Amino acid sequence: MVRSGTLILNVAARLLLPLQLMFSLFLLLRGHDEPGGGFIAGLVAAGGFALYLFAYGRRALGAMIKVSPRDLVGVGLLLGVASTLPAWWHGQPFFTAQWWTLPVIDFKASTPLIFDIGVYLVVLGSVLTAITALVKTDQADDER
Amino acid sequence: MQLAVLGGFVVASLVPLLHRWFGAGTARVLALLPAAIAAWLLAQWPVIAAGETLWLEWAWVPGLDITLTFLIDGLAWLFAMLISMIGTLVLLYAGDYLHGHRDLPRFLVVITAFMMSMLGLVLADNLVTLFVFWELTSITSYLLIGFNHTDPAARKSAQQGLFVTVGGGLALLAGFVMLALAGDSWSLAELNTRGEQLKAHVLYLPLLICVLLGAFTKSAQFPFHFWLPNAMAAPTPVSAYLHSATMVKAGVYLLARLHPALGGTEPWVITLSLVGALTMASGAFLAIQHTNVKTLLAYSTVMALGTLTMLLGIGTEAALTAFVVFLLAHSLYKGALFMVAGILDHETGTRDVTAMGGLRHAMPCTALVAVVAALSLAGLPPLLGFIGKELMLESLLAAAAYRAVILPLAFLAAFLTLAVAAVVAIRPFFGPLRQTPSAPREASFGMLAGPALLAALSLLFGLAPRLLDSLVGATVAGIGAGSAEVHLALWHGINLPLLLSLASLGLGALVFRRWDRLRAWLARLEPLMARGPEAGYEALMSGMVDLAEWQTRFLQSGYLRNYLVITLLVLLGLVGHALLLRHTPSITFTLDIYFHEAVAAGLMVAGAVSACVMRSRLAAVAAVGVMGFSIALTFVLFSAPDLAITQLLVETLTVILLVLVLFRLPRFATLSTPAERLRDLAVAGLSGGLVTLLMLAVLSGERLPRISDYMVANSQPLGRGHNIVNVILVDFRALDTLGEMFVLALAASGVYAMLRFHAEEYAARDAGHTRRSDDG
Repeated sequence: MVRSGTLILNVAARLLLPLQLMFSLFLLLRGHDEPGGGFIAGLVAAGGFALYLFAYGRRALGAMIKVSPRDLVGVGLLLGVASTLPAWWHGQPFFTAQWWTLPVIDFKASTPLIFDIGVYLVVLGSVLTAITALVKTDQADDER
Repeated sequence: MQLAVLGGFVVASLVPLLHRWFGAGTARVLALLPAAIAAWLLAQWPVIAAGETLWLEWAWVPGLDITLTFLIDGLAWLFAMLISMIGTLVLLYAGDYLHGHRDLPRFLVVITAFMMSMLGLVLADNLVTLFVFWELTSITSYLLIGFNHTDPAARKSAQQGLFVTVGGGLALLAGFVMLALAGDSWSLAELNTRGEQLKAHVLYLPLLICVLLGAFTKSAQFPFHFWLPNAMAAPTPVSAYLHSATMVKAGVYLLARLHPALGGTEPWVITLSLVGALTMASGAFLAIQHTNVKTLLAYSTVMALGTLTMLLGIGTEAALTAFVVFLLAHSLYKGALFMVAGILDHETGTRDVTAMGGLRHAMPCTALVAVVAALSLAGLPPLLGFIGKELMLESLLAAAAYRAVILPLAFLAAFLTLAVAAVVAIRPFFGPLRQTPSAPREASFGMLAGPALLAALSLLFGLAPRLLDSLVGATVAGIGAGSAEVHLALWHGINLPLLLSLASLGLGALVFRRWDRLRAWLARLEPLMARGPEAGYEALMSGMVDLAEWQTRFLQSGYLRNYLVITLLVLLGLVGHALLLRHTPSITFTLDIYFHEAVAAGLMVAGAVSACVMRSRLAAVAAVGVMGFSIALTFVLFSAPDLAITQLLVETLTVILLVLVLFRLPRFATLSTPAERLRDLAVAGLSGGLVTLLMLAVLSGERLPRISDYMVANSQPLGRGHNIVNVILVDFRALDTLGEMFVLALAASGVYAMLRFHAEEYAARDAGHTRRSDDG
């Protein structure tokens, strides 16, 4: 079923994907103060990849993102757990939020942000894992 | 110290890397870790000897009163010292024993992790922390027993050990919770000062039963003793370390630790002394029936554990002194004997003592070590085991309670143990030389160093027991919650214990002489033995499997719709019951609604209704999509942008996923019958009605302070964010989110595994392979 579709879908997927990814990063970074956040951003990015997948197929998607979606899940979980640890350094309870201001670009970095990036990766990775797995079995069926 | 223990786990995880650098020497490098810990402990000795308790405070989860605080008193020091010292020797030994083994790094990872868990267990002051380490030792023990995982017997033994100890662990957890409730504290040190309060508490009996279940399973007390001999499927360094010197003593440690808090009452004394005595006697009795040297030693370990439990049950100062000395003596000689057993196995290729003989010529050093350690096991002078046994008999004679039962059992155990010791020391090494599967050679230095040192210590402490006075005194003080002056001596004069010892020496020698004939005679008891506690365990396990199969077949129909109906009905029952019977909901309801809101609601209803009546899946999916988007619209109307975006995205992805799935499904084969539809309609209608009622009840009643007020007020000052939803997700309720992340990851792995294996099956079937169904 997932074969390269129409010309319009192909072009749209190619153009929309970078935009969607940028938008998802935007949502991710502004999430603490404005509507957004890791969960939503992850879903937006997953949507972009899903569109690409429909247009070009699994192999093309795999070639483009290079890492396995399951690794994204793993890295996400790792980041989530890692963000709980810096509090220990200051002798505070597990998970206490830590804030740093990066000097040059005046950006508020924090453990909640790291945690949010973890959420982002887990959501993105999980959705992609499910979708690519579904497409894979389709192809296995097609090859029969 | 906490850093050393936690760091030890990190080191354990780095072992494969170390193995790449150091190759076969990894075990020796790794042995530096417990050696350093032992050295540190030794440096703390003056403080401990002075009767003080060392506190190493470390907050962990202050909100739940869980600390990682370590408490080092005499008792903890003794155990920690044994763990780190024997640990060092075992690592050295294992490096040679498993030399060139493919899985050596894996072994070292697990045994290091075990070592750290065990240290944590004996040092922890907090009940929760202790429990965490307790379970860690069970898991690492499981991995070590099943080290030869290609052997089905090893796997089965590992599982048995795990089920028995973890089952006890569950009871222990319940016991700990009750203990903390009754004693009003999670700290062992505080609980130990509240003995009176605990013993008078209504929960005392249930909590005692639970704690004892945990301790008895771990320490292989009758009737849970059967897992320990089976655990001998593990490589010998593991048997020497976990299943004689350390882990199985965790239960005994716990009982000793809780002695001031729980000990001394009638149920405590009866249970501990009788169970202990029974275990002691049955361990010794079962030991002489076996010819496998490891099994023999394992049953004698069961006997020793029983003795220790019994002494704790008696609980007089003399008994506690005997407890400490016996514990120390046992760790030393049993560690040495197991390592000797490993050497025999390694060098001769058999474990059957009847197949060995005359090995003293080929391996003189091993023979010497074996004889010294066995003398201590037998309880003969001038070794530490003798002092331990004399003290034990003395305290038994002085104890008033149940002497008539315990004393004969102790005497039986004493002479049978003597026979066991004689078998282990004499059979393999003396007599005519016998042909063994491989030609015996003297063991390497690394393998001999451990048992030799342990045997030498047994001898040293036996000759100069004064060296131990302050250690035993400090430990007894730790158990008895008082101070104790202890003077150990080898020679107590001619008294009743000595006479008993002499009598047991004679009887033991007789048993040893007639051992072969006795075994043949005892073999006739085999059918009776087959009905022992192990058969009970087997019946329980197979019963559980049958039950699981039955209930799986009953509940798991494999149809999503059935699950949905069951889930909804349970929800209806529970929530409906609580809502309608416990609170009579007072519903105030004003219809104040704008036109566009009504349109959104109408779209939702229309979507839901059409999804139900559609005959094509794709159309139904689209209808559900309409409903989802209307919900998103509602969120927008009521100014919840985050929820709206999420709903929109989830809806989109759901449609994508559904389309991908639907494409693979055949057309509807059958549609529901009218009766089924009616049933589904009833369930759905009731659920909808219930949720509506619930919402109305929640909105109209102001029973609880609104939690969102707190979030709104504190989102900026505490969470430094204006988006309350996000602050809740990543800060206030971040732990919940972390849990959700793991759930999501698990779900993704599940989907992946299910679909991938499914696809592989197709591929394999097409290629003409027949996959065995049991390895998928």
